Amino acid sequence: MAADSEFHVLAVDDSIIDRKLIERLLKTSSFQVTTVDSGSKALEFLGLHEDDGIINTNTPSVSPNNHQEVEVNLVITDYCMPGMTGYDLLKKIKESSSLKNIPVVIMSSENVPSRISRCLEEGAEEFLLKPVRLSDLNKLRPHMLKTKIKDHQEPEKQDKEEKQQQPQSNNNNRKAMEEGISTEKIRPRLNGITAMV
Amino acid sequence: MDRNRLQHQVACMRRSLFDQGYLDEPFIQLEELQDDANPNFVQEIVTLFYSDSARLIQNIEHALNSRPIDFNKLDDYMHQFKGSSSSIGAKKVTNECTVFREHCSAENAEGCIRSFQQVKQEYAILRRKLEVYLQMVGQAAVSQTA
Repeated sequence: MAADSEFHVLAVDDSIIDRKLIERLLKTSSFQVTTVDSGSKALEFLGLHEDDGIINTNTPSVSPNNHQEVEVNLVITDYCMPGMTGYDLLKKIKESSSLKNIPVVIMSSENVPSRISRCLEEGAEEFLLKPVRLSDLNKLRPHMLKTKIKDHQEPEKQDKEEKQQQPQSNNNNRKAMEEGISTEKIRPRLNGITAMV
Repeated sequence: MDRNRLQHQVACMRRSLFDQGYLDEPFIQLEELQDDANPNFVQEIVTLFYSDSARLIQNIEHALNSRPIDFNKLDDYMHQFKGSSSSIGAKKVTNECTVFREHCSAENAEGCIRSFQQVKQEYAILRRKLEVYLQMVGQAAVSQTA
């Protein structure tokens, strides 16, 4: 198990330049980094196989790390990728019982409000506009810390935690808010999860 | 040439690259990410940019020469090109890519062909300037103070 100060980030981007950049940015921020060039490779790395998303949707007692080969504390992915988009990857992660607690951050070079709100609604923690700055990465650690705390609690408490920890702080989703997107309406998904328990 | 003179030249050239709009803020971030542990980071990224750009330029040329023109594919390539030039702060190149994509959306073949010439031109100019600049940076780094 990695020390608390060592978080492992999985970065996904089909652009070799952006991969190298995000890797350097993340390492400068003291994160461990793995980079892959596609959503399917990301899922492979996370240990998710195609059918895992269908079975095991209601087993909160299963350890979150059951299917993972390596512990990943956050996934940061480009939105526009051939084949599986960052949005598709986000969906697959959030639909997986073993991976859904991993925070996901989306990056995009295009500032499209509907895209941003769609990603946030699907459970992305942040939406960052490219080129990503070093200061943007300061927002990542809180999301990873949140997950570490969650992992040590009882599974039944997890859903309460999620609701209480709605990140409505002013700095989160700054770029989304600059575009006038209301963050109040996002995350209908959480209501769905409460109903499941 | 002694180090101080070289460093002064480097600073002047750097300032003009920014003042004349060839480079933008993301390039500064590249420089900031370079340190003793990663002393060639800027050159590495720039080199990647050259090879990636060469690939994309070739793909775009091929797509522009095909009949009928596949504007979706063209836009896809240009989206990638715009992305990487934006990532390194290549401002003029990025702007020309934007113009190209507008012609793509309008399915304006002539417009695409014209603006692609502009893209290639700006890219060639930037590449030349960057090569000179980074060579000077390298020289200043290894030079001695007189």
